[in-house]
Amino acid sequence: MASALFYILIFPGFLFVSVFGLAAEYIDRKLCAKLQNRVGPPWFQPLADLVKLVAKETVMPVDADLTIFRLMPVVALTAAITALLYIPMWGPQALFSFQGDVIVVLYLLTIPTLTFFLGGWYSRSVFSMIGAARSITQLFAYEIPLFLSILAPALLANTWSLSEMTVFYGQHPRYGLFNFAGFWIALTALLGKLEKVPFDIPEAETEIVAGSFTEYSGRLLAFFRMTINIEMVVGASLLAAVFLPYGLHLGPLVGFVLYLLKVLLVVALLSLSRTVFARLRIDQMIDFCWKYVAPVAFAQLLADLMLKGLLG
Amino acid sequence: MPERNFTIPIGPQHPALKEPESFNVTLQGEKIVGMNVRLGYNHRGIEKACEERTFVQDVYLIERVCGICSHSHSTCFVQAVEEIAGLEVPKRGLYIRTLVAELERVHSHLLWLGVAGHEIGFDTLLMYTWRDREVVMDLLALLTGNRVHYGMNTIGGVRRDITAEQIPQILAAVDTLEERTKYYAQVATQEMTIIKRLSGVGVLSHEDAKHLGAVGPTARASAVDRDVRRDDPYAAYGALSFNVVTDNHNDVYGRTLVRVGELMEAYKLIRQIVANLPGGPIAVKAPRKIPAGEALSRYEAPRGEDIHYVRANGTDKPERVKIRAPTLANVQVVAHMLKDRYLADLPIVIAAIDPCFSCTDRAIRVRSDVDAMPETMSWPALRAQSIDWYRQQGIDFTQLNRTFMKK
Repeated sequence: MASALFYILIFPGFLFVSVFGLAAEYIDRKLCAKLQNRVGPPWFQPLADLVKLVAKETVMPVDADLTIFRLMPVVALTAAITALLYIPMWGPQALFSFQGDVIVVLYLLTIPTLTFFLGGWYSRSVFSMIGAARSITQLFAYEIPLFLSILAPALLANTWSLSEMTVFYGQHPRYGLFNFAGFWIALTALLGKLEKVPFDIPEAETEIVAGSFTEYSGRLLAFFRMTINIEMVVGASLLAAVFLPYGLHLGPLVGFVLYLLKVLLVVALLSLSRTVFARLRIDQMIDFCWKYVAPVAFAQLLADLMLKGLLG
Repeated sequence: MPERNFTIPIGPQHPALKEPESFNVTLQGEKIVGMNVRLGYNHRGIEKACEERTFVQDVYLIERVCGICSHSHSTCFVQAVEEIAGLEVPKRGLYIRTLVAELERVHSHLLWLGVAGHEIGFDTLLMYTWRDREVVMDLLALLTGNRVHYGMNTIGGVRRDITAEQIPQILAAVDTLEERTKYYAQVATQEMTIIKRLSGVGVLSHEDAKHLGAVGPTARASAVDRDVRRDDPYAAYGALSFNVVTDNHNDVYGRTLVRVGELMEAYKLIRQIVANLPGGPIAVKAPRKIPAGEALSRYEAPRGEDIHYVRANGTDKPERVKIRAPTLANVQVVAHMLKDRYLADLPIVIAAIDPCFSCTDRAIRVRSDVDAMPETMSWPALRAQSIDWYRQQGIDFTQLNRTFMKK
């Protein structure tokens, strides 16, 4: 019982993932600033922002459905944190694992987007409603390529468990390279999931203010912002576990340091894309995902199936 | 998305707009089906204030019409006054005026490039162009003493001379800017996501541009070959050689190309001005009282043709000043360009005319068929109406007024 509480609250649960999320936000913001020739925030800025938001008054729209409006940020945060428990971090074995946890992690990562939709929709503000509709439209564009690109390596490893996948790719490191295209697809989809440029369409500041989050303020907004940070860390961890499963057999300490580095690499790639692209339009985003990203994801799946057939 | 239409308020307070202006957009899903533009949130009564001040004071007031094309407005105004007074501005004065005008065009277009980047979610372009805009801002501060309101013009010439030491600094700054602008031109014309967001957006055909009376880069990007600097030369433009940049893309992409082209032309012009700067005085003494008469002055501001009308009545104060800022001519085309387009295109299409709403806001009259008001209202009637209006808003000053009256 005590150890379960420790896992959930301290490591790798709430406390660790929050600190890691804030650190990831700092690195994302600082790197982005450096790439844009700005100074960027000091290291404590994400924490300061969080403290400020938590301390502020939470204003709620009169017309909003208050139950859903209040509930959604908490649901989003819980889902994002839970997903991390099934991802191997310091060794090939995650804290919890069972056959099918890949699917569970992917679904847990979908929940925040659904909460953005519901929270935005029930805010009853026009900007939120457009943002919410865009969130859900975008979900249909990136979710399938993401699932395909994560499930293809799982097929090759012949398991539905992330931990077993890591063990498999640890034994056959060269097969990991085979999923190279999948890594880029998953990265693209992650950009969509985290609503970052060029896919920050649901919260396009210059069109719909802050999209789903327009009416959110104070503690509830802090929860949502934390969710996005944690989603970024969890998404990056998922990519690291599936596509970069190297060095995890070198012991917990080396494995953990390598894990942090891999996550930071993914975060750095996300911030790089944030600085070199302009925001696409929602129709262009969907065109792009279905015309280019999804076919490549299918090709990756087929290639994995063929390789599996060849290996017998 | 529901089938029914709904209206979203873009402005008067909205992140896409840097100034208060209202665009009520009716949407069907993501498509814009109708739009209602309303100006007038920034009316400052500058024209009326001009009539209360002397001509010299007006130069500084007029400069504050706009925070970006401040030199444009003051030049346009002094040109009109000089024409009425029959003043012959010395050549050196005209050249310096032109130099500041072109530097202003450079800073305005660099600013626009950054804003355009921001509106399509490409903040990196904003950060880079605004960093380099500092080069020209610093240069303007060096030459005129100010970054924004230069205070360079006076009736009869300019107020500050350019020294020999400043000339190498101007040339060095222009070299830096030219090199950077080439890079931005490359980025803006080759980066895929930018092209996707700009090309085919905000289409304004050649005929429509003429029909709706578009001016400046907005018109020139629809192949309307019109530029006051060439068609009706003022200041030193008659003696300088430059190309009028036009484009036939008809869209926001074309407007970007025109502005980048104009930046390159501006660097050429600045070099020519510096090389051919004539000697002599920079200003002639203007009389305090301007003889009766009227004049219309045209000026090619960075945003398009700026028009000032001045009527003098022989005193030291103008009888009437009328300003038509270029945005007023261009704001009509926005609604046209946005018809049946996506909501996502709205910020960039509005930004593509490089709007300057506070310059545009002159006298307005909002007409409503529901409560038709008489054409003119007497002072007591106006007062009664305002008291009534405030009362409806829940504010009642009656008691307060009485207390004041007693005192």
